[in-house]
Amino acid sequence: MRTPLFILLEVVFGAALYLLFRKYGNDYVFFAGYTVLQYVVLATAWNILGGYCGYVNFGSAGFFAIGAYSSVFLYTVGQSLDDLFSEHTAGLLHHIFPIPVPILIVIGGVMAGLVGLGTGYLTLRLRGVFFAIATLALAVVLETLVVNWQFVGGSRGAYVIPPAKVPVFGPYIQYLFVLMIILTIIALTIARLIERSRLGMGFATIRDDEMAAEACGVPTLRLKLIATVVSGALMGMAGAPFPFYIGYVDPGSAFNLSYAVNSIAMPMIGGTTSWVGPLIGAILLGTLQQVATVTISSVANLLIVGLLLIGFVIVAPKGIVGLWEDWINKWRAKP
Amino acid sequence: MNAPLLQVDQLSKRFGGFVALDTVDLAVAEGERVGLIGPNGSGKSTLVNCICGTLHNEAGSVTFAGEKLDGMIAHERTHRGLARSFQLPRPFMSMSVAENIRVPLVYTVNARHGAQHLSHAELDDRCHELLALVALEGKARNSPRDLTQVEMRKLELARAMAADPKLLIADEAMAGLSHSEVEDIVALLIRLNERGITIIMIEHIMRAVMKFSQRLAVLVSGRKIADGKPDDVIKDDEVVGAYLGT
Repeated sequence: MRTPLFILLEVVFGAALYLLFRKYGNDYVFFAGYTVLQYVVLATAWNILGGYCGYVNFGSAGFFAIGAYSSVFLYTVGQSLDDLFSEHTAGLLHHIFPIPVPILIVIGGVMAGLVGLGTGYLTLRLRGVFFAIATLALAVVLETLVVNWQFVGGSRGAYVIPPAKVPVFGPYIQYLFVLMIILTIIALTIARLIERSRLGMGFATIRDDEMAAEACGVPTLRLKLIATVVSGALMGMAGAPFPFYIGYVDPGSAFNLSYAVNSIAMPMIGGTTSWVGPLIGAILLGTLQQVATVTISSVANLLIVGLLLIGFVIVAPKGIVGLWEDWINKWRAKP
Repeated sequence: MNAPLLQVDQLSKRFGGFVALDTVDLAVAEGERVGLIGPNGSGKSTLVNCICGTLHNEAGSVTFAGEKLDGMIAHERTHRGLARSFQLPRPFMSMSVAENIRVPLVYTVNARHGAQHLSHAELDDRCHELLALVALEGKARNSPRDLTQVEMRKLELARAMAADPKLLIADEAMAGLSHSEVEDIVALLIRLNERGITIIMIEHIMRAVMKFSQRLAVLVSGRKIADGKPDDVIKDDEVVGAYLGT
């Protein structure tokens, strides 16, 4: 399937989902749908580095929080223009602030992408468990910085109050849901393009054997930097609207362990070698967690993820996509 | 006399207190077939790794086609025409046999050609041609996991050849193969050499080395102890004492 047709299908599906929710759902359905789509973006972003290149990133929460705190910072600046700037400058800046969420998403993506570039440059000579520990440390370092940064609320956190309604969409959550659909389309399209391109081939050689890849002429370090930037930027973009979704952000929520765990578990359960895997994993796990939240308790969420992950690692280490491919291959091989 | 294609000057490499290479000199002329022998741990693979950029030498220099390669990373050396096969085959397991061949075509040959890179059809043709050269055309769609040991070695050589190299370093390409399979690989390497590719063959199987090499160099404990015509080198007392035995 060609990319324009793929994007068209994504748009049609996204529009259908929105209209369906709007007709038959309530605000909660939009809240739950937003969370699931946010995980689709996070899992897809993680998979670009972790699945395609084989570099396990435990710092997803850090990149997500960079996006979230970029928005908190700019929101707070917008709220304090008169205190921070002279009357003249503040007057000019009032034309820019408050910055619309789509622009905040781009800024969050750029910031997280830049951190991804720096992280990649510093850590990509590390491999395996050493790289994973370095990314985990990055999230811890960023959280410590935010905890001590009073302008964005420090450990107390910060309130970000979105307008109750927006034109066209009505309730603000519907607007955020549509933005998350667009982000999902962007993330899935990028992942699919990478997978089918020269870049995807290079990523696969890195995952399989980095030394052999270099011997074949693959510029592994450059490709890994591209992967960290794209992956980090998408995670940051997923995090940027988060303060407007939740209304109150503190380091505990933005750097929550569940982001790191889910963004790894979802592609692992769905399958890491294809863009479809994180999508399936995120929809499956994200929906299960939303159901568990309203029927059992949100405390059960990580337990569900953990149990499913253990099950899949034992039964289907290549995830649902791998299981499906194996089944198809066996079926074809039958005389 | 023309400048050699590969010139290794006073190359040294240490791993902590262990001297893996000690001021090694080696010159290889264009089109030459050179055998490199030595006991296990003599520094043969370390020398290959230093030439190919997998390891960085502490002293000395590597010059290839008139250009100093010191400090250059491995893939840049591949782009300049240096290719290698590995002692233990290292195919890309998630790809098919044909896709393995495609990687150097896309990342090295196309990178050299710049804007005028090979089309998909041309890439397919080159893949098919290279697989035919090593008699693997029937296994193009197979996973490397389906290959026998000798086929895996052939894939390794075909993948190195796909980078369109000037110099190919075959690192123990015959290890673990039967008598007839060794003959098969030697014949293949000679065919590649006849296509104009300079080859350094690292090997322990002496009948293969003698059949293949126009010149023979011997490494022992990181030092080159002999370099010359194969018939002369194998009679050298130091070589006999250190490696070949009586």
